[in-house]
Amino acid sequence: MTRFSLGKYLLPTYVFLTFLFLMIPIGYTFVFSFNDSIKSNIIWRGFTIDNWLNVCDQADVCSAFGNSIVVAVSATLVSTVLGTMIAIALVRYRFKFRSATNLLLFLPLATPEVVMGAGLAAQFLDFGWQKGLTTVIIAHVMFTLSFVVVTVKARVATLDPALEEAGRDLYASPMVVFWKVTFPLLLPGILSAAMLAFALSFDDFIITQFNSGAVDTFPKFVYTAAARGIPPEANVVGSAVFLIAMTIVIAVQVRASIKRKKMLTR
Amino acid sequence: MAFVAFGSQAPAQEQKPTKTGRVALILLLPGLFYLALFFITPLISLIITSLKQASASGVIGRYDYGFELGNYAYAVSQYAPQIFRSFSFALLATIIALAISYPIAYFIGVKARDKPLLQGILLTLVVAPFFISFLLRTFAWKQIFSNDSFIVNLLKNIGVFGADSYIIGTNFAVVFGLVYNFIPFMTLPIYANLDRLDIRLLEAGSDLYASPAKTFQKVTLPLSLPGVISGTLLTFIPISGDYVVASRDFLGGPDTAMIGNVVEANFLRIQDYPTASALSVMLMATIVLLVSAYVKRSGTEDLL
Amino acid sequence: MAIDFVARGQDLELKGIRKEFPGFVAVDNLDLHIPAGEFFALLGPSGCGKTTTLRMIAGLESPTAGKILLGGKDVTDMKPHERPVNTVFQNYALFPHMSVLENVAFGIRRRKLDEPLTKAQQALAMVELEHLAQRKPQQLSGGQQQRVALARALVNRPSLLLLDEPLGALDLKLRRQMQIELKAIQMEVGLTFLHVTHDQEEAMDMADTVAVMNQGHIEQMGAPEALYDRPKTAFVAKFLGQSNIFIGKVTESNAETTSIDFNGKKITGLTKRSEKTSGKIAIGVRPEKTHFHETEPKADPALNILGPGEITDIRFTGVSNQYQIDIPGVGEITVFAQNVGRSPVVELGAKVFVSWKVEHSFGLADLPNGAEETD
Repeated sequence: MTRFSLGKYLLPTYVFLTFLFLMIPIGYTFVFSFNDSIKSNIIWRGFTIDNWLNVCDQADVCSAFGNSIVVAVSATLVSTVLGTMIAIALVRYRFKFRSATNLLLFLPLATPEVVMGAGLAAQFLDFGWQKGLTTVIIAHVMFTLSFVVVTVKARVATLDPALEEAGRDLYASPMVVFWKVTFPLLLPGILSAAMLAFALSFDDFIITQFNSGAVDTFPKFVYTAAARGIPPEANVVGSAVFLIAMTIVIAVQVRASIKRKKMLTR
Repeated sequence: MAFVAFGSQAPAQEQKPTKTGRVALILLLPGLFYLALFFITPLISLIITSLKQASASGVIGRYDYGFELGNYAYAVSQYAPQIFRSFSFALLATIIALAISYPIAYFIGVKARDKPLLQGILLTLVVAPFFISFLLRTFAWKQIFSNDSFIVNLLKNIGVFGADSYIIGTNFAVVFGLVYNFIPFMTLPIYANLDRLDIRLLEAGSDLYASPAKTFQKVTLPLSLPGVISGTLLTFIPISGDYVVASRDFLGGPDTAMIGNVVEANFLRIQDYPTASALSVMLMATIVLLVSAYVKRSGTEDLL
Repeated sequence: MAIDFVARGQDLELKGIRKEFPGFVAVDNLDLHIPAGEFFALLGPSGCGKTTTLRMIAGLESPTAGKILLGGKDVTDMKPHERPVNTVFQNYALFPHMSVLENVAFGIRRRKLDEPLTKAQQALAMVELEHLAQRKPQQLSGGQQQRVALARALVNRPSLLLLDEPLGALDLKLRRQMQIELKAIQMEVGLTFLHVTHDQEEAMDMADTVAVMNQGHIEQMGAPEALYDRPKTAFVAKFLGQSNIFIGKVTESNAETTSIDFNGKKITGLTKRSEKTSGKIAIGVRPEKTHFHETEPKADPALNILGPGEITDIRFTGVSNQYQIDIPGVGEITVFAQNVGRSPVVELGAKVFVSWKVEHSFGLADLPNGAEETD
């Protein structure tokens, strides 16, 4: 290792301060979810847990949150299935138009959201489709699909093809090989792709705003509310989602580290 | 996270696809058809819309098919400052985010490598901002920097700020917010790359009489270039189209609008679809040109 | 599934098998017959087509042309899961998400036979791993994984067991031990084994019959002893052990002996041990069949004598010494002398003569690569 004399204290201090900086708005949001505010949630007026207990007093927050969940779950299901299929094909099969396929999958990652949002909205306008929950789900599947492909593809690439061959050699038909060998081994990759798709969909604002019509999702609610002040209930929802997500991430990591230890002490 | 996967394009062992046959089509077609229908066709719709002309009926928000190239001339002449601002902000924020993120990625990926627990904690902290709506985070900054906030008052008291100075609504505030939001997007791909950096290469560098700084310059930095490329793309592209941070309801002011703000206003508020579409088409075209030139120069064409 | 299980080895026949990949021919017009119950080794360097051949027999690749018959039945178009053939894969390919026991029971479950776990447990007992049944494969050592792979294949009592370099990943000592165990198991279960390897010692040690494969075709096939004693091509002579090879025009050939002129020296072999008796041919001899002498031996029609030459290199390998002798105007010869205290003690630079019995020469059907161009 390089013995960078500066690096000994300077780098860790820098990293610590940057992380502190990253956490400031998160902490702020969390603290102000407990603000006993009357109308706007700008000035600290005292501690209360009422906002947490009665989130749905702000009916708009709750329904927007519900819509976000519906959209994220549906979009995640569809894009995970479609994306996994593509990822398997990309790694395992030879086919024509491979570079065109790669380009088609890469482009959504390289397109600003506002372009995708406006484009889809222009198309719905042309088709005369009514904007609503369905159009939001359609849009979210579209922009999460490539992320799923990238994530699952990395997992497929580490899967030894000999395992599937061993399955076929041991009297399993192609379908059985998929469900008994391929799928269980890809599952961690598929799950993290699904989690990513869910997170992207849940947090999306720009594409949603262009294609949701009158339907509110949680980020859209926050955007609209920002003009007149965001109610503390929105901070509650944001903080709660944050806590749940962090719990999941930490649990996954703890499990992984327990597994690692087990492997070392075999 | 896909951003990590995005940074680590080359899997450990590269397999050669061996199988052929119809199964590949069955696997590919649904997804590709979906993208064709809801990604490619919309881009075409966007181009068609950008060429439409005002409806003969005169109804607001209705346009007829046409070939009105004037929409582009109008968009450019009307919104040149916003277009210029978008790319300047995106470039500036990308560079600052890179400068902030690289040391973090280096610390997590190289220095903390033999401490899995620390590495896990730090990685979790990097992705933590993703788990709380970026609108809430941006709004939090607005409150923290608001005109009668602690920070602004402090700056006034120590004399850095004049009595009528402010932060919110300035170019600084917007770039600040953009940098803040995209630090994780920059850090993760660089981390993913540095995490696979073979420490022995650094040892070989110092063994061959390179100082730590030289080793970094000649070994670490060039090898981490693919991660840097992924990171800059994941930062530059979304920023160039963002309109939340620069919005007046968040960190922006009257003179901070970017392309995204203009597209939003024209499309969703005043229903001037052709102008909004023309702006979007120009944004997309610029991004495609920039990205392909950048990727070609950097030599990583296999980005997926 | 209509898999025809007979629970004993069956014979395998390949007829005119050809496999083309884009840009090259991996296997070219291969004919092969392996009798039931035999331990057969397919030996060759990497890229010679041996693994492709094995994969075609397993059904993992389909031949471009030709037929594969198992017990007289054409299985060429059968899917891998429909063939009574099992494979021990190169890196074992154990399912990492299943326990050792479930790995072994996998095939039995797919065939919907009774008591998969009992059968798997018995198979594990055969390879002495029943105590590790609940472990995951990653928690086993390389040798243990190898045995699980073997149990997973054998539990199905296939008509034919394919082994794809199964010992390649093990260290030398473990490899020798597994060779013995594998051979013992084969004799015990009486199945037909087809073993693919690039390790000539492994092939000769275990197999009843060895086929040496090169560039998509079989160079020579036979019992290990016969193959070693009388290689018929330059490739076999060099791939299977070491050889001294001399190239020259035939000067004399009768019913008894055939001689060539090798850079002015006469080298003789038995005619019945020569593949060719006219034109330019190659005659070889194994280094351990050659001896050196400090004084010139008496001329003898039963001996080939070369020299004098200078010892340019001595390599001590334990049981024997390998001497490199440079004979001016003739070339280099390798001599192995066992360290049993019988050979003269010579030093680097010493002048010696080399001899071997005429009956130890072997005449090859072709010339070594590159020999055609020179001269």
